Amino acid sequence: MKIDATGMEYEELGRCLRSCTDSHVQIHNCCGQRYIASGMQGRELEIWGTPGNALGAYLDGGSIRVHGNAQDAVGDTMNAGTIWVEGRAGDAAGYAMRGGTLMIRGDVGYRAGVHMKAFGDSCASIVIGGTAGSFLGEYQAGGVIVVLGLGAPEGQPVVGGFCGRGMYGGRIYLRSTIPPRDLTEKILCRRAQQADKEAIRPLLEQFCTAFDEDLDSLLNSPFWVLEPNPENQYKALYAPM
Amino acid sequence: MLKEGQVRIPSGCAISGVFARDGQPISGEVIRRSIAVMHERSNGLGGGFAGYGIYPQYKNHYALHVFYDDMTAREECERFLDRHFDVINLSKIPTRPTPKIKDAPLIWRYFVQPLPHKLADSHLDEKEYVARCVIRINDQLKGCYVFSCGKNMGVFKAVGYPEDVADFYRLEEYEGYSWTAHGRYPTNTPGWWGGAHPFALLDLSVVHNGEISSYDANRRAVEMYGYRCNLLTDTEVITYTLDYLLRHQGLTLEEVAQVVAAPFWSELAAMPQPEQKQRRFLRQMYSDLLITGPFSILVGFEGGMMALNDRLKLRSLVVAERGDRVYFASEEAAIRAVEPELDRIWAPNGGEPVIVRLKEEERK
Repeated sequence: MKIDATGMEYEELGRCLRSCTDSHVQIHNCCGQRYIASGMQGRELEIWGTPGNALGAYLDGGSIRVHGNAQDAVGDTMNAGTIWVEGRAGDAAGYAMRGGTLMIRGDVGYRAGVHMKAFGDSCASIVIGGTAGSFLGEYQAGGVIVVLGLGAPEGQPVVGGFCGRGMYGGRIYLRSTIPPRDLTEKILCRRAQQADKEAIRPLLEQFCTAFDEDLDSLLNSPFWVLEPNPENQYKALYAPM
Repeated sequence: MLKEGQVRIPSGCAISGVFARDGQPISGEVIRRSIAVMHERSNGLGGGFAGYGIYPQYKNHYALHVFYDDMTAREECERFLDRHFDVINLSKIPTRPTPKIKDAPLIWRYFVQPLPHKLADSHLDEKEYVARCVIRINDQLKGCYVFSCGKNMGVFKAVGYPEDVADFYRLEEYEGYSWTAHGRYPTNTPGWWGGAHPFALLDLSVVHNGEISSYDANRRAVEMYGYRCNLLTDTEVITYTLDYLLRHQGLTLEEVAQVVAAPFWSELAAMPQPEQKQRRFLRQMYSDLLITGPFSILVGFEGGMMALNDRLKLRSLVVAERGDRVYFASEEAAIRAVEPELDRIWAPNGGEPVIVRLKEEERK
C-alpha cells in the first residue's frame, strides 16, 4: 500500500497505517507527522520525506526505512525490529531502547542511546555512520553503540563531550584514531582487539549492505571500546544486574 | 493575574525562522506555513511573529505596536506618547476577524520619532530614550503594553495557534528579509496576549523554546540595570539580558552567546589560551546572566539573526541553507515544508551560536 501523507495530520496517518493490513507499506511526502509506526509489529515500512518525532517509538518488530532524515527520538524505547535512516537523525535517537537495531547512515544529535539497556536475550544496538553529539550513551545500562565517524575530519573526536557519562552496562565502540577527551575514571577505554571487532562484525555487515559501505576497510580501522569500569562502578547505585 | 512561578502549566514550544541574506523580501505567508507544521508543539495559548524590513515607507521611525485593555488606557498612553514623541502616523493594526482568536485587546500602531527637545534634555542616546519610554509605559500605565518598538520591524502576537495568529494579523500582506515565529505551549506561566512571543525591545526580538531555570537570578540582575520584568514569562528576561549585553556593554553576539550559554568550568579548563582567559573573564564578569535550563532561541535584530541553544542542548534546533536563504526551526519538517530541497542542514551544538547577516551588513 502507498500512502500520500501530504497535508495529513499525524492522527490520520496513524489510523491509515493501523487500518491497513498489508505487510509492506510506503509513505510518501511525509512532513513532520509524529509517532509513525509506534508499537508496530512484523511489517515493512518505507518513508520518503521527513518523519516527525518519535518515529518507531516502542517498535516491536518488522522494519522501517527512511529515505531521508529522521527528527528527534527515533526508536524511542523500541523493543524489537530494525530502523534504517539514510540521512541524519536528531537528538535522543534510540532513547531507552531495550532491543532491536537502529542504523543511521549520517550524524546523530545529542543523547543518542541515552538509557539504552539489554533485556533477557535481547540486546539493543545502534550503529551511527557519521558522528554523534554530546552525551552519547548517557546512563547506558546495556546494549551496543557503534560510531563509525565516516566523513569526520581526521584527528577530531567522533563524539561530543560527556560520552558514556553515567554508563553502567553495555559497550560503546568508536572508530577513531583518538579516544574522547573527557572520560571519567568510571569508564574503561581501550583499543579494540580482534575479538572485539568480531563481536560487532554482524552489525557492521548489516550496515555496509544497507548503505553500501566497505566492510573490510571499516574492520581494519582502529576502534576504541568504552565500557563501565568494574573497579569503579555506578552499579551499586542501581538495582543488581 | 498570578506571576511567574505562581502558576504551572506543564509543556514544549516551537520556533521557526527564515532569513534572506540577499535582502530579498519574503512574504509572511512563508513563515506561517513553516510554523504551522509544528502545530502539536503548541497548545493554542500563544503564537507570534517578528518581521524585519516590513515598514520600508517608515524605515527611519520607531514602529510602536501597542495592546490596550480599553479606550481609557489608549487615551492615557497617547497622552504620554504626545508628550515624548512626534507621532507621524497612527492607526489600528489591520486584523481579520477569525473565531479562533478571541478576546483581542485594542491593537494600535504608531510610527514615531523622539521629540528633539525632550531627547536633548534627557541626555540619553535616541535608542535609550525610546527604550526607557517603553519600559515606563509597560511598567506604569495600566492596561497598556508596548510589545514592539523597533525601526522597520514589527511583532505580531496573540493568544492562539501561530497559524491562526498569522491569519488574524493578515501576515501574508507583509514582506520582510527576516522572520521569526513562535508557537507557544506555556510552561509555568499564564497564556495571555502580552505573554505570547516574540518579546522585543527596540529592534531586538526573541522567540524561545524552553524554560529557563535561572529566571529569578537573571531577573534580579537585569532589574538592577533599570529593566522591569512584569510580563509574566521567562522569555522577557532573555530579551533584556541580550539588550543589556549588546547595547549597554557593547559585547559582540558571539561574546553574548558565551555569557548566556557559558560552557562548564571543566570545559573551560580544557580550552587553549588565550581563548580560555577571555572566556573565563566573560563567565565571571557576567555570572548573573548565565541562562540555565533548556532553551533554544532565535534572536532577530536589524540586519541579522542569531540562533542559540543552551549549553546542554536540551531543546532541538536545526539550521539549513538554500542559496541565500537560511532557515531555522525546532524541527526539520518545518523547514522542508517551505523549502524541500536544501543545500545543507545541520544541528548546531549546545552553546554554539549560528549568526547570519545581510550581505550588505557583512560588507560594512
